[in-house]
Amino acid sequence: MSIHTPVVVMKNITKTFPGTLANDQVDLTINRGEIHALLGENGAGKSTLMSVLTGLYRPDRGEIYISGQPVEFYSPKDAVNQGIGMVHQHFKLVKTFTVAENILLGLQSGKEIYDLQEFKEKIQGFCQKYGFTVDPDALVYQLSIGEQQRAEIVKALFWGAEILILDEPTAVLTPQEATELYKTLRLMAGQGKSIIVISHKLNEVMENTDTITVLRGGKAIGTVQTANTNEKELTRMMVGRYILFNSSKKKIEPGTKVLALHEVSCLGNRGQMALKNISLHIFNGEILGIAGVAGNGQSELAEVIAGLRPMEAGTKFINGIDHTKSSVRNLITAGVSYVPEDRLGTGLVPRLNAVDNFILKSYQTTPGYFINWAAAKEQTQAAVEKFQIKLARLSNSVNMLSGGNLQKLLLAREISADPRLIVAVYPMRGLDVGAMEVVRTLLMSQREAGKGVLLISEELEELFMLSDRIVVLHEGEVMGVVQPSDTTIEAVGMMMAGKRMLKDDGM
Amino acid sequence: MMGCEWMWKINFEKRSTTPRIVLFLVPLLSIIVGLVFVGFFIAGTGKSPLYIYGLMFEGAFGSAYGLSETVVKSIPLILTGLGVALAFRMQLWNIGAEGQLYMGAFGATWLALNFPMWPAYLLLPGMLIMSFITGGIWGLLPAIPRAYFKVNETITTLLLNYVGILWVDYLVYGPWRDPKGFNFPITAPFSENAILPILGDSRIHAGLIVGILAAVVLYIILKYTKWGFEIRVSGESGAAAHYAGMNYIRNILLVMFVSGGLAGIAGMTEVSGITQRLQHGISPGYGYSAIIIAWLARLNPWAVVLVSFLFGGLLVGGYSIQTSGFPAATVAMLQGAILFFVVGGEIFVGYRLTWRSKGGNQ
Amino acid sequence: MEQSLLTAIFATGIIAGTPILFAALGEILSEQAGVLNLGVEGMMLVGAVTGFMITMETNNQWLGLLAAIGAGGLMALIHAFLTITLRANQVVSGLALTIFGTGLSGYLGQTLIGKPLQATFKAVPIPGLSQIPWVGPSLFQHDLLVYLGYIGVAVCWFVLYRTKAGLKIRAVGENPSAADAAGVNVFAIRYVCVVLGGMLAGLGGAYLSLAYAPSWLENMTAGRGWIAVALVIFATWNPTKAFLGSWLFGVVDILGFHLQNLGITVSSFFLKMLPYVITIVVLIIVSRETKKRHVASPGALGIPYNREER
Repeated sequence: MSIHTPVVVMKNITKTFPGTLANDQVDLTINRGEIHALLGENGAGKSTLMSVLTGLYRPDRGEIYISGQPVEFYSPKDAVNQGIGMVHQHFKLVKTFTVAENILLGLQSGKEIYDLQEFKEKIQGFCQKYGFTVDPDALVYQLSIGEQQRAEIVKALFWGAEILILDEPTAVLTPQEATELYKTLRLMAGQGKSIIVISHKLNEVMENTDTITVLRGGKAIGTVQTANTNEKELTRMMVGRYILFNSSKKKIEPGTKVLALHEVSCLGNRGQMALKNISLHIFNGEILGIAGVAGNGQSELAEVIAGLRPMEAGTKFINGIDHTKSSVRNLITAGVSYVPEDRLGTGLVPRLNAVDNFILKSYQTTPGYFINWAAAKEQTQAAVEKFQIKLARLSNSVNMLSGGNLQKLLLAREISADPRLIVAVYPMRGLDVGAMEVVRTLLMSQREAGKGVLLISEELEELFMLSDRIVVLHEGEVMGVVQPSDTTIEAVGMMMAGKRMLKDDGM
Repeated sequence: MMGCEWMWKINFEKRSTTPRIVLFLVPLLSIIVGLVFVGFFIAGTGKSPLYIYGLMFEGAFGSAYGLSETVVKSIPLILTGLGVALAFRMQLWNIGAEGQLYMGAFGATWLALNFPMWPAYLLLPGMLIMSFITGGIWGLLPAIPRAYFKVNETITTLLLNYVGILWVDYLVYGPWRDPKGFNFPITAPFSENAILPILGDSRIHAGLIVGILAAVVLYIILKYTKWGFEIRVSGESGAAAHYAGMNYIRNILLVMFVSGGLAGIAGMTEVSGITQRLQHGISPGYGYSAIIIAWLARLNPWAVVLVSFLFGGLLVGGYSIQTSGFPAATVAMLQGAILFFVVGGEIFVGYRLTWRSKGGNQ
Repeated sequence: MEQSLLTAIFATGIIAGTPILFAALGEILSEQAGVLNLGVEGMMLVGAVTGFMITMETNNQWLGLLAAIGAGGLMALIHAFLTITLRANQVVSGLALTIFGTGLSGYLGQTLIGKPLQATFKAVPIPGLSQIPWVGPSLFQHDLLVYLGYIGVAVCWFVLYRTKAGLKIRAVGENPSAADAAGVNVFAIRYVCVVLGGMLAGLGGAYLSLAYAPSWLENMTAGRGWIAVALVIFATWNPTKAFLGSWLFGVVDILGFHLQNLGITVSSFFLKMLPYVITIVVLIIVSRETKKRHVASPGALGIPYNREER
């Protein structure tokens, strides 16, 4: 084992936001040359802690030492000057600039009137040193997510990062790409860089890191050497109890087709073909999972089904009735329920209260021009109790609710409308384990009640656990349709990356 | 870091809830600070701001005549204020109330000049409807490109103001000019039947009833109807409105039409109740004041009525100080200043001011 | 005859378009940094009256010009404080400043209406260049401020697209969070761009009262500030396109004058309506086009930036 030289020490870090204690006296030590994972479920405080380290947030209390020297960060610039670089979950890249321009933006030195050619050569030399391939001339919005991530890493290194922090880096990668990434990180660690990976993925962390610090509820629970620990212990630290990953599904006999898409194509936001001749169907009482790296047509698929995006070609049948050209309103009436990715903003209106949000769609169904607010309040109250949603007052705006309660409210509304088909897009994103349980249970109960569920998720384990069948999308096309019991995560991973594996019977 | 204990860092901290009192204090304090701010300019001319503000208050509220004039001025303000508030609720920035008012006046005048012999119970409601329609169309015109091509309505509504005013000028200097009017830019006077009845023995006309009624109707619509609900949702998030199956485009068009229509009615009340003919310059900027009123009133119909009354007083007060050497432009200054203090003060609704020492632990 | 008519149209178009050009350049800077400034009309008016006032007092139009620039900058400082530090609604803040500026200019200018001014900017033909047939009389026989406008376009373009400062400005307007992470001082850049924008607006207004008219009349900008804001949109935030656009509007502005010379009579009211109507029409056409070509406004335009926003 290498000599342990602490390169980053965070002591007693505390950070509060109105209503939450995000970090509670957290201690963290990172040694040179190690890959250190910051593990914890959503909401545990990992991102906040790293935002403090990168100068984005000021801690209420606590100290930071870099290579033994105490430092104060008043802005991200201060952190960069100390050799800290971060690859955020939502990349901090200016989409309309080239990769080179993005890197140039953060360089302190250099001429005011810059010479792009000279600079590009420098970047290419740099890339070769670390074994990257990045096109400095490429406009960021034209790059794939994996390429953007590489650009972010090169950017951080170019700005002089000795300590590299990556926030949920594999969320947007196929399993194979994730492996590649860790290979690169290992190379960098070998050259003396220190790597911090924020993750909630146990398996990945177990396989690829040297040290793990677990956060739960804002507190640092403990730090262990990866070699000396196991999944069970880590779960206990993350969640505070032992969780049985219960995947007992009742075998349901699929009924009639609640959704049938045939040769559907649609355009994306940039004018490109987002879906290309997709055909799939969902039976009543079945959960169909959609696997794929984000940006391969999943969001567009959900929008097309819900009527929010027009189809260029193809047909859409709901319960045997042609709804190809139906409006959003008609689809809602036909029983299509859409739980969007953008919970707070599209699915729920942030500044309106729980009652307003609860009747967001159902207000149409009552006759007449007026809204019966008394009845609406009663219904909302009943739903809040039934679904155990924690909120202070019905009249408070919903943007004060936690992620878990927001999702519960959304699902409560959708389920109370007794839909035939539920389209859920990344429903468990950003939720803590408890809330995830609830959402999982709700979706399963809908399945048992004979509804059809389309589940779009980036967590393969989750899809395997919940789905009856899984469709894999890559660049808007169906790469394969599999049953979880018949296949492996690796096979699905390959399909996500573009390998077509369609069986003869097609479905 | 040595010596940093002396440095204070002021910060804005997000509030979880807004105390009720803040919602009321912010507009109130903004008015006061606005008065103080403009007071400096007044002091610059050598006059005492308190004396001048005193004169204004006297003029507006100190006599029965003053009060009645204030009410008279508040009528078009209420109507345009309601129109603007409605549009703003949907985040449609209707800056064109001034032009819509003129076009409403045009529509009402057209009816009055062409059918002067209609009985009043036919002519007056007819003029009201005409003005609603012509004003509404003027609001609809910029709404169409906004709805379908996302063209910024702030600019289009504003530019149409100039066009609307020029259109009326064209008419009163040209085809509709009163041949017996000594070449002034005015039309022939309206017939008896086209003039709004007076309430009492002041200049306060039945337009007041129309204004108050409009406030009641708007309040009911926004609070209790499905359409009002759709407006509130669409104003907060177009994406959510679309997601919920609401016809977002139809609502943009409808709201802008009604908004323009309300401003149009304001135009009708002015030509029918006050000038009793169409002429150049029937509005001293009511449409622009309406924006400030709507914002101060936080888009609430009742508050619009109240604030319109205050601003009516401001206008009347402005007339009383003209003899002391303060042009009508002073009132515009005051209004503008109040607005930017209101706008600036709004941060206190969402955030709280905190301070602590920079550097070191607490 | 042909040449002199065309060059006359061209030349008068340049002159009439210059105030709009200055205001548009200022607005481009402000919007590229992400801040919408709808106070341009008010800032132009305040610039016009201040320039006139100081020139009257000092009999020096350059001092008047400086005063106008300062006045515009000061008003923009208020807008910057409200929208950047206090994160106020940018649309309403700009409107407030226009209303205030209109009132303030009327207030300050009440004694100056219609007064004649001796110290104005007169035409200065550039030796050599002004002799070139066609181009010379069109472009190089104007006053110094017009030439300043040419330089302004070049400088603006160069700074935005060839310097690091320009890179930072565009980053701040497109994705302030990324710029912040890169160590760019988002607040400072926005403040500077907004104030510069106001200064340029003041300059544009002063051009009207010190060179174009030259005189002071209440509301003499007659909506030119708004046309400048629209111009920025259909010039897709590009200084060279803004120059072309401002010239086009200059031509429309003085069209009536030329039509009269040609013996064509149209009601003066309809001629006056023309610039506004054309602006609206062009705005609609361009918006349809940009929707198709996916050219967008600066990504963060109109949205206040807050580092700790969750």
